[in-house]
Amino acid sequence: MKFAVVVFPGSNCDRDMYHAAKDALGEETELVWYQDANLDAYDAILLPGGFSYGDYLRSGAIASTSAIVTELKKQAEKGVPILGVCNGFQILLESGLLPGAMLRNKNLKFMCRFENLVVENNKTMFSSAYKKDEVVSIPIAHGEGNYYCDPETLAELKANNQIVFTYQNNPNGSVSDIAGIISKEGNVLGMMPHPERAVEDLLGSADGLKLFQSMLENWREHYVAGA
Amino acid sequence: MLQAPEITPEMVEQDKLYKDMGLTDKEYDMIKDIMGRKPNFTEIGIFSVMWSEHCSYKTSKPLLSKFPTEGPQVIQGPGEGAGVVDIGDGQGVVFKVESHNHPSAVEPYQGAATGVGGIIRDVFSMGARPIASLNSLRFGNLNTGRVKYLFEEVVHGIAGYGNCVGVPTVGGEVQFDDCYEGNPLVNAMAVGLIDTKDIQKGIAAGLGNTIMYVGSKTGRDGIHGATFASEDLSEDSESKRSNVQVGDPFMEKLLIEACLEVIHSDALVGIQDMGAAGLTSSASEMASKAGMGMEMNLDSIPQREENMTAYEMMLSESQERMLLCVKKGEEQEIVDIFKKYGLEAVAVGVVTDDKMFRLVHNDEVVADIPVDSLAEDAPIFYKDSKVPAYYTEYQAMPDYVPAVNDYAGALKKLLLQPTIASKEYVYDQYDAMVQANTVLSPGSDAAVVRIRDYDKAIAMTTDCNSRYIYLDPEVGGKIAVAEAARNIVCSGAKPLALTDGLNFGNPDKPENFWQMEKSVEGMSAASLKLDTPVISGNVSLYNESNGQAIFPTPIVGMVGLHASLKDITPSFFQQEGDVIYLIGDTKAEFGGSELQNLLEGKYFGKAPAIDLDVEAKRQAQLLTAIQQGHVSSAHDLAEGGLAVAVAESLFTNKKLGASITVSGDLTAALYSETQSRFLVSVKKEEAEAFEKVVEDAVRIGEVTNDTLLQVKHGKEVVIEEKVDALQALWKGAIPCLLKSKA
Repeated sequence: MKFAVVVFPGSNCDRDMYHAAKDALGEETELVWYQDANLDAYDAILLPGGFSYGDYLRSGAIASTSAIVTELKKQAEKGVPILGVCNGFQILLESGLLPGAMLRNKNLKFMCRFENLVVENNKTMFSSAYKKDEVVSIPIAHGEGNYYCDPETLAELKANNQIVFTYQNNPNGSVSDIAGIISKEGNVLGMMPHPERAVEDLLGSADGLKLFQSMLENWREHYVAGA
Repeated sequence: MLQAPEITPEMVEQDKLYKDMGLTDKEYDMIKDIMGRKPNFTEIGIFSVMWSEHCSYKTSKPLLSKFPTEGPQVIQGPGEGAGVVDIGDGQGVVFKVESHNHPSAVEPYQGAATGVGGIIRDVFSMGARPIASLNSLRFGNLNTGRVKYLFEEVVHGIAGYGNCVGVPTVGGEVQFDDCYEGNPLVNAMAVGLIDTKDIQKGIAAGLGNTIMYVGSKTGRDGIHGATFASEDLSEDSESKRSNVQVGDPFMEKLLIEACLEVIHSDALVGIQDMGAAGLTSSASEMASKAGMGMEMNLDSIPQREENMTAYEMMLSESQERMLLCVKKGEEQEIVDIFKKYGLEAVAVGVVTDDKMFRLVHNDEVVADIPVDSLAEDAPIFYKDSKVPAYYTEYQAMPDYVPAVNDYAGALKKLLLQPTIASKEYVYDQYDAMVQANTVLSPGSDAAVVRIRDYDKAIAMTTDCNSRYIYLDPEVGGKIAVAEAARNIVCSGAKPLALTDGLNFGNPDKPENFWQMEKSVEGMSAASLKLDTPVISGNVSLYNESNGQAIFPTPIVGMVGLHASLKDITPSFFQQEGDVIYLIGDTKAEFGGSELQNLLEGKYFGKAPAIDLDVEAKRQAQLLTAIQQGHVSSAHDLAEGGLAVAVAESLFTNKKLGASITVSGDLTAALYSETQSRFLVSVKKEEAEAFEKVVEDAVRIGEVTNDTLLQVKHGKEVVIEEKVDALQALWKGAIPCLLKSKA
């Protein structure tokens, strides 16, 4: 399986994401500079965290206007798995690939710590290696991770089972404790917590690795096993 | 605003305009001699920043020369952007600490943010990828609105910058004492990793080579920042807010990536960041170090504002700017690399061989200065030194012996002291994990970052108990170095080297200079004994507000190496049944202690004694025991003594307890701050082997599962408290102080 990690000016978790896919998962992975606007060669696209364009204007807002986002939308329509973490999630929201928006954390401060997440939906290509309701420890690091959407959108997210991860102890004020949501079509996942930082016990948790393993297993089932 | 063209050299002399820039009459005369004529306004401005204490170390040089700076582990000692130590496998660790005290006192967010940015640039301009940053902060007590504002905004500024550039803030320390109320200390340390073959130097070598400028445009911010940093803070410092620079971490992030790409280009000759004294210091130092001269055309300098004068451009401290020396004819290669990141590298000058620093603006030569005179001819001052009356008085005092009746009550009060209390409020705001290498994060004795693809890691810490140094600078200086090394050893690493962030008051006062002298002597002795040479550092003087000096605060930033990942040792108890040991005997030493602060509200008497031979022996033995795999956890005893150390060892979410038995005088046993002591937990089956290695270890108790902290004196239970309750006090103390009305 071949992963692309899209690097924007100001991305700073790009290499962490690269190592998670390349070293921890053991799959072919490339860093792709945002100006190289063709992603046809990849089986999955990872949008890393960081501060694209310094988070100036709004987190993810400027990145969402770059040419590669048009390419992302094209790949999304083709059904290519796209994972956006932290700033990557913010870019997905700003691009309209996922519904909702981010507000500043309710305490108005950046927060960085391990949080317990609950796997709400394990029937996705990103979460199938988890058990339903499994509690996993994955770090957060954000100042604007307070997910907001209007009641109609929330009802829709719930009805379609689009909420994949929730916080056990909501740290930032997110609506319905939402930590990660998936597109209706099921191939675009955005989440604030950083699974790429939780792929080795040495660093405090390997709970994030199953997310990458889910992607790999689903890809294999789909393309390799002749399904 | 002073406008250079209107001011003639005669006016500079007659109206003594140099005095506003911090130069003395004598220095002006020296400059006139060097120039062989009267310097013009731009030239005198250039001299004033280069000869400021911040850039020239003219006061501290005689002291700095006392530091041991050599050892087989040292690849680069003081003199470059940052020092470098060897960690094997062709790799080096680059690090340095820098102060941003005065800017932070008047504009705390930007002051702290640009402090972080500046020190990170020092590291990547050496060619190293910044892999960690730490800080050391001092504030007044959190009982006035102003101090709370400074504290909150400094932390916010460090977070705002550090998080955005993607360098994990992995550790640090914060202490609170009244002496810092008007003059907080903000010292930032950055650590980088480099393949030693890639080490860069800030040199402008090769006649005819091109000088290129890259990064943010030059504006009018930070003019005379270095001079501002070299005088006392006073009521009118508020008016110097415009001396404070403004940071752009996004630009810094682009510069990091671009510069780390550029260092692999053969076109690059030298690279240096524009730090204090901006374009002036980087350009003149690069030429001076190469034994060359430089001519710059200021019309080419990218400018943020209109009609900037030569004086303003040369003295601006606008952030996120780098100066490069590039092989003639190969400029395009450099331009292209920066272009990828949306940055413009601009040719602004050439290397000459006449050893002159020549600036051209609007087709006129506006400065023509012998370049070596800027970096090397600053006068060295040998200041008067005098033993302060307070020291003589404290030394003559009988030993201070406090009286505690309620032992549990005293422990609780100590845990609420902000210097001891949990700093979670602070480090929760720092991204400590980005780059995915952080093994031990803030809250541990030392932070630990693994080196990817190798079975090794590095440990880092910042330390300085300025109360001891105030009471006895020499002893306190030894303790500062020893404590840093203790923290490194507790994490399982061998201490390698240190960077010093010397923060003192006005050196023109002989009592202050004596403090500097003695603390440097103490630090040097300990560095030598513990084999941790000083490889970089920073001096910040004039830390006074309204005539009141801070406690002498020479901060030690230390780095150590874990020979293997398996040596990484936490500072918290790990499992029920482990044996608890105290390494080192305890005397009744309370001068400068947290208990003295609690009971008396001030510090007096003698600092705790330290025997460096004993210190070195215990550190070596503990490290051996860790490397042999006998140790579950190790924690050094610091502020608050044994009782606080045991409590802290339980403040995880492991649901453990501890039962210890102490003997002798209870107040001393629990709260004395006797030095060279460690609290260690060891698996039962390792106990015998551990005792064989560590001579001075005494078994004092056991880790339990009852979530109680129990202390016995003989058979009598003197403290029995729920760990949860103690932890709640400790965790809640700082948030509670911040919320309470000033």
